[in-house]
Amino acid sequence: MDPDGNPYKVYVNVCAEFNADGSLVPLSFVWEDGTRYTIDRVTDVRLAASLKAGGIGMRYTCRVRGRLTYLFLDDNRWFMERKGV
Amino acid sequence: MDRVVLHSDLNNFYASVECLYRPDLREKPVAVGGDPELRHGIVLSKNYVAKRYGIITGETLLEARQKCRDLVVLPPSYRKYLRFSDRVRKIYGDYTDRVEPFGLDECWLDLTGSLDVLGLDGAAAADEIRRRIREELGITASIGVSFNKIFAKLGSDLKKPDATTPITRENYKSVVWPLPAGDLLYVGYATRRKLSAKNIRTIGDLASTDPLYLEAWFGKWGLVLHCFANGRDSSPVAEYGQEAVIKSVGNSTTAPRDLVDREDVKITLWALSESVAMRLREQGLSCGTVEIQVRDTALFSFVRQKKLPRPTSLASEILKAGMELFEAGYDWKKPIRSLGIRGCGLVPESFPEQYTLFEDPEKREKLLALEKTADQVRRRFGNLSLRRAATLVHRDLGDLDAKADHVIHPVGYF
Repeated sequence: MDPDGNPYKVYVNVCAEFNADGSLVPLSFVWEDGTRYTIDRVTDVRLAASLKAGGIGMRYTCRVRGRLTYLFLDDNRWFMERKGV
Repeated sequence: MDRVVLHSDLNNFYASVECLYRPDLREKPVAVGGDPELRHGIVLSKNYVAKRYGIITGETLLEARQKCRDLVVLPPSYRKYLRFSDRVRKIYGDYTDRVEPFGLDECWLDLTGSLDVLGLDGAAAADEIRRRIREELGITASIGVSFNKIFAKLGSDLKKPDATTPITRENYKSVVWPLPAGDLLYVGYATRRKLSAKNIRTIGDLASTDPLYLEAWFGKWGLVLHCFANGRDSSPVAEYGQEAVIKSVGNSTTAPRDLVDREDVKITLWALSESVAMRLREQGLSCGTVEIQVRDTALFSFVRQKKLPRPTSLASEILKAGMELFEAGYDWKKPIRSLGIRGCGLVPESFPEQYTLFEDPEKREKLLALEKTADQVRRRFGNLSLRRAATLVHRDLGDLDAKADHVIHPVGYF
């Protein structure tokens, strides 16, 4: 749960791989309903703020089941934006 | 060739960071302020919604709540702000190594040498920096672009939020000169009043006043102000990291209750002096000058300083100087709300000292050894583990742990 009680911020478990070149690539994440989603491709990595979830971090644009979604890494914690509440 | 200097000012910094983390509050009036329970009750920062209610930085939370009953007051979280400030400076670092911070939320950048490499002009670089701050950190900045630091700073104040304001040799007379003289850096309340008595109201008035008059009225400051008003400011933007040199070590506190007599003041100053002395010793420094700040319950405040006979890092000597300053400077018309003490004129601890025949340097060395031993005890068992008996007289005042509570303040321009 987000310490500020923000309903749009969802912390998730992530399985990621550290590559030999030092890069970090998330492979899959577990959504709050327990479903594990495999990340097919990371299309973009950059520092970005999430106005919706309220936070900053390294933003991974991920292709998951044909859709683009953002995965943020902030200080060793991964979070995502919830679509609607 | 003219320099290209940027001054970047993060808009409503503390409040913006808080609102980033609390999307539910963004449309509500929000102020960041000290803990009202402990009476550190002033507005440190507010968002634009709160501003529309007329809430201003520096007023008490009580006054602010009278203007807006639904005001959301959040306690400051300095660690978060330091983190954002650090991230912003990393962005600046992509454009130049000449980055001079002015507090947590303001910085000067000198791009003179790097624009060719970047392939940008000053305003375009400012736009890009603003875009990155907005996208990467979710907060906004106003940036002034000019040929000196003073006009760059003025520019960053002109358009908010998230805007670039260029002040050039061509437009400064029409942009800067109509502004009130008080907008100029270092024209404070007292100077503004004196200027206004001479019918000097705008920066343009100041610029066209004969510098000889200004010198007669204000001394050499008058000449500095005349130069500032005319855009003649050649002070360099410091290189990144240069600001880390400590110029003073100070602590201040708003007491948990009003201080009503000499003893209250002494207890509080003891706690503050101990912290200042301990921090001086941590850095291997001694201070040659002691300065106190006193603020009464009507929020009137004054600052007094004195040079010490010799540099010191002893709490007892800092306190003694502080009490002397206080007794010479305060008339007890009102109780006191907050107190601060600061050591400046810093020299290395190992600075050679000349004693007079009648002093006992050994006694001082023993005292220093004693205080250093106390430092070690406190490092291991906490700052309140070993304390002066005087601070136990009134527990409500004496429990102040000034060292753990201390906050970093911006240093002056010069």
